[in-house]
Amino acid sequence: MRVDLQVIADMIEPRSRVLDIGCGDGALLDYLGQFKQVDGRGIELSQAGVNAGVAHGLSVIQGDADTDLKDYPSDAFDYAILSQTLQATRDPRQVLQELVRIGRRAIVSFPNFGCWKVRVHLFRFGRMPVTAALPEKWYNTPNIHLCTILDFVELCDAIGIRIERGMVFTKASAGRPIRSKRIANLVGEQGLFVLQRR
Amino acid sequence: MSAVLKMPDAARGNLPGHRVLLGTERKLLLDCGVGFGPYTLAYQTYGALNAQRSNAILVCHALTGDQFVAEEHPVTGKAGWWATMVGPGLPLDTDRYFIICANVLGGCMGSSGPMEINPATGKPYGLGFPVITIGDIVRSQKMLIDHLGIDKLFCVIGGSMGGMQVLQWVSSFPDNVFCAVPIASSARHSAQNIAFHEVGRQAIVADPDWCGGNYLEEGKRPHRGLAVARMAAHITYLSEPALHRKFGRALQDRAKVTYGFDADFQVESYLRYQGSTFVDRFDANSYLYITRAMDYFDLAAEHGGVLSRAFTGTKVRFCLVSFTSDWLFPTPESRAIVHALNAAMANVSFVEIQTDKGHDAFLLDEPELDKVLKGFLEGCAEHAGLKRG
Repeated sequence: MRVDLQVIADMIEPRSRVLDIGCGDGALLDYLGQFKQVDGRGIELSQAGVNAGVAHGLSVIQGDADTDLKDYPSDAFDYAILSQTLQATRDPRQVLQELVRIGRRAIVSFPNFGCWKVRVHLFRFGRMPVTAALPEKWYNTPNIHLCTILDFVELCDAIGIRIERGMVFTKASAGRPIRSKRIANLVGEQGLFVLQRR
Repeated sequence: MSAVLKMPDAARGNLPGHRVLLGTERKLLLDCGVGFGPYTLAYQTYGALNAQRSNAILVCHALTGDQFVAEEHPVTGKAGWWATMVGPGLPLDTDRYFIICANVLGGCMGSSGPMEINPATGKPYGLGFPVITIGDIVRSQKMLIDHLGIDKLFCVIGGSMGGMQVLQWVSSFPDNVFCAVPIASSARHSAQNIAFHEVGRQAIVADPDWCGGNYLEEGKRPHRGLAVARMAAHITYLSEPALHRKFGRALQDRAKVTYGFDADFQVESYLRYQGSTFVDRFDANSYLYITRAMDYFDLAAEHGGVLSRAFTGTKVRFCLVSFTSDWLFPTPESRAIVHALNAAMANVSFVEIQTDKGHDAFLLDEPELDKVLKGFLEGCAEHAGLKRG
């Protein structure tokens, strides 16, 4: 399983209700069901991913974060997880608000555009950065709303979302707690946040 | 078109499978207000019921289907309509599950319907048969399940009208179903679908041999009308790409068009064949009654117009399936059900399968459908604590 997914899995309380948005082939849900007896549901955009998940006995629907969160009642889940997907949504602000509405907690991870590698790339070449975390060219990337860790924190503040925990991922370390936001914004390849509505 | 009725009506009593008289103590209260009964359901089973009576799957058939799911059809001699899905080692594994399928109330394969004899008059019901609904069909099935001593069905599954019955089952009897699979279905029959049904019904009643519904007593059969109804309906079960792939503009046994109204094109010949074989196994009045039951289906209407209320507090696990080229029950119909189930916080899976085979895809060989159903049922069996067969 992906490193960030393992970090997320370790945060989840056993026997809780989890919605994984952008669940891919359902690796996280499968793990949570097996090892934490979680009541898990998934939403996935790709048909292949959905079919693989359902054929594997997982509860997955075909859908996306922009359109399919509004139906769920408030506090429907203990955790609403959105990993590496926020930057691909049409309306990230709306999605974040829905996440903290339907989940008592939301767990969100995203590639940090403020990372020094991205900055150096842009500075040196003057072109849109292509890195391991952001492998596509500007014209074919699904990532239409990229942000930095500082941008994300600012948005959460602005829309009344409380950050309960923040973590940063670098090549050397998976999931270190954020102490200085400025340093995290410079070194982190990915940010991961646990959110609650105020 | 076939002039002979291949199976004499009396033979309906000698079909393979089971027949049971239900509603003997308590009549079936129909939505139209009539208390109906006693009534007969003809049903077929495959596999064995386990000691805990916990491995039963009710298969609900579509408009022109019947209880002969997985065996040679006694009238047509063709393979069962879901022989690809029901059998040893197949997704509905008869080594593991006990499969039940009943001919719907109003049908014409042995269950009480307009062609059966009305005990009150000694004559066929004809139009004297009460108008039935999907709700009535499901309540009649519940009496059968009670009769079989099964408290909780492991699964209720069906495509098209079968899917409507599945939705009605979980809404009416949520505690008696563990998991539900409505395939290529809808929570309400659309205006377009009602319109297509009306075309079919009008074709039947316009046939002089329909005799105001009394054709059985008059010794006639409205074969032409029923065949036209079937031809029109059959087009809606396919898709334009599938028809094109199968026939294109190819001509039937001729090198060029004849400048007449014979079946020049293969697609015409195919439809005529579909119509002519259908009348040998299906009763015209049954067609009127069952299409009407589908037209009346609107699950949200029973719940103040809010579909999610049909599923409030449900513990049933759902798997919905739609097909990309199905324009009769298109994907948005399934998606509307998924949204309602999400609002009810139900446990739901939803898969849209890529295919050009149209609505009929659920009856055809679709490996992706097999995989999804197998995986879903295995996951559910684990949650239900069902032992491996």
